Amino acid sequence: MSKMKELKKIIVNKPLKLDCGETINNYPIAYETYGKLNEKKDNAILAFHALTGDQFLTGINPVTNKKGWWTYLIGPSKPIDTNKFFVICANVIGGCMGSFGPSTVDEKSKKPLGTNFPVITINDMVNAQYNLLDHFKIKKLFCVIGGSMGGMQVLQFVSNFPDAAKNAIPIACTANHSAQNIAFNELARQSIMADNNWDKGNYVNKEKSPDKGLAVARMAAHITYLSQKGLQEKFGRKLQETDNINFGFDADFQIESYLRYQGSVFVDRFDANSYLYITRAMDYFDLTKQYNGKLSDAFKNCSTKFLVISFTSDWLYPTHENKDIVIALNACGADVGFIEIISDKGHDSFLLDVPEFLTTIKKFVDANY
Amino acid sequence: MLITNMKEEFKVIANLIEDNTRVLDVGCGDGTLMEYLKKNKNIDPRGLELSKKKIQESFGKGLSVIEGNAETDLKQFPDKSFNYAILSQTLQAFYNPEKVLDELLRVANIAIITIPNFAYINVRLQLLIKGKMPVTKNLPDEWYNTPNLHMCSIKDFFEFCEKKNLNLFKALTIKNQKISEINKRNLFFKNLFSELGIFLIKKK
Repeated sequence: MSKMKELKKIIVNKPLKLDCGETINNYPIAYETYGKLNEKKDNAILAFHALTGDQFLTGINPVTNKKGWWTYLIGPSKPIDTNKFFVICANVIGGCMGSFGPSTVDEKSKKPLGTNFPVITINDMVNAQYNLLDHFKIKKLFCVIGGSMGGMQVLQFVSNFPDAAKNAIPIACTANHSAQNIAFNELARQSIMADNNWDKGNYVNKEKSPDKGLAVARMAAHITYLSQKGLQEKFGRKLQETDNINFGFDADFQIESYLRYQGSVFVDRFDANSYLYITRAMDYFDLTKQYNGKLSDAFKNCSTKFLVISFTSDWLYPTHENKDIVIALNACGADVGFIEIISDKGHDSFLLDVPEFLTTIKKFVDANY
Repeated sequence: MLITNMKEEFKVIANLIEDNTRVLDVGCGDGTLMEYLKKNKNIDPRGLELSKKKIQESFGKGLSVIEGNAETDLKQFPDKSFNYAILSQTLQAFYNPEKVLDELLRVANIAIITIPNFAYINVRLQLLIKGKMPVTKNLPDEWYNTPNLHMCSIKDFFEFCEKKNLNLFKALTIKNQKISEINKRNLFFKNLFSELGIFLIKKK
């Protein structure tokens, strides 16, 4: 993990009062950029990552040596063409890819913060990332974009900084985390906390980490990112490296093997405490409540042009929750377009090769630049 | 900028709309009319459309279109959020045209409605002489695959507005690129010789 030290970072020297009441200062935000900022500084796009994402959205992630998470959408000659646009992506605070988070080493104790890290919110995340605009001396972003938790950040960003983005593309998200989503996140957290190695978050100072708990959390979450139809078509009842069922509890089925694999590779790149903190931030997200029950008030001062996108098979952030955002935007006369993309790939559709989705974004960004 | 290949109907509609107003194009298709209004009338229009392909085309023109159906998705717009709501040749395709008109006049001060006239002479003759459901330029589908559920004539629409106490303050038709007014005096002939009726209505 020596590559972690080479990550691009800004140290924010401006106190940030968090929603929980604590104030943080001199904290790092790790980021990556793609493309070049032009002289007029009008080609910048701020992309927000989802729960387990990081700043490496395209190309090869130098820490994991894997492809970036949004390579289908962003990159040279991609729908969001980095030959034309300057794309910035930061690791959220609470994350584990260089930004201020539970794995950040406390200067006094020389130990990782663990659960001494304050509980953060989506609001705190975007307020922290806003400092990148000052860093790059960008007055107005061409666009803010994100899917899932990234989409929630888009909504929060525009409501906090109504003049900071010309366009906004919230994808497969919601303005208020639903009971179902809180339930799945709680399942994930309980799985981590039930692992003895978690040790109330103290594993960071020990040799063993709650890999099993984190892997199960990831497995459960992974199911929610897919659709029933997608799962059935890809795996069905296919068996893994066996001709018959084995009357035991090894992974007989391909789907079991697949989930186990997803869980095991995840623990190599993600921190269990970060998972707790970030899922909590998602659960606390309720933009409607922030504006006293009237979501449209969140957008009433903005001149931002919105494009809201949902997917037919996304049952985690279903179309009707995305439409509620559209309704709120219409209620305050905001400029908004909306499309539901047909896809069997579930919530994950925004990360995958879904041509209709990619074309829609390309048309939107090119026409508005 | 002029969009010369825009169909005559849209040119007439565009001329009826004042500059700098708020316009909702219901069933906006590929956004041709919206684009014209945006470029020539200093209007920032909104569209509602069902076809995903056409919505994408509109996004490609920088237009803001919402996927949706007039029967279920007009409710998202607040009262009087537009000066004009346009509905071009689709009123007859709704399950409940009456309700759609109500909604259009809730979200906009003025509704611009166009209808293919079922009392047009060619239509009448096809039914009268051939004894078959009419197929014309404006009504290109066969009886078994037409989306049209509630065909009406220009005269029907006049009577409807009267019955519903709506202010039908302008009625036009186009023939060979010539626009003419329809009124109560010429209604019999216009109803016989017009393929298309263009109506401006508002609440009394």
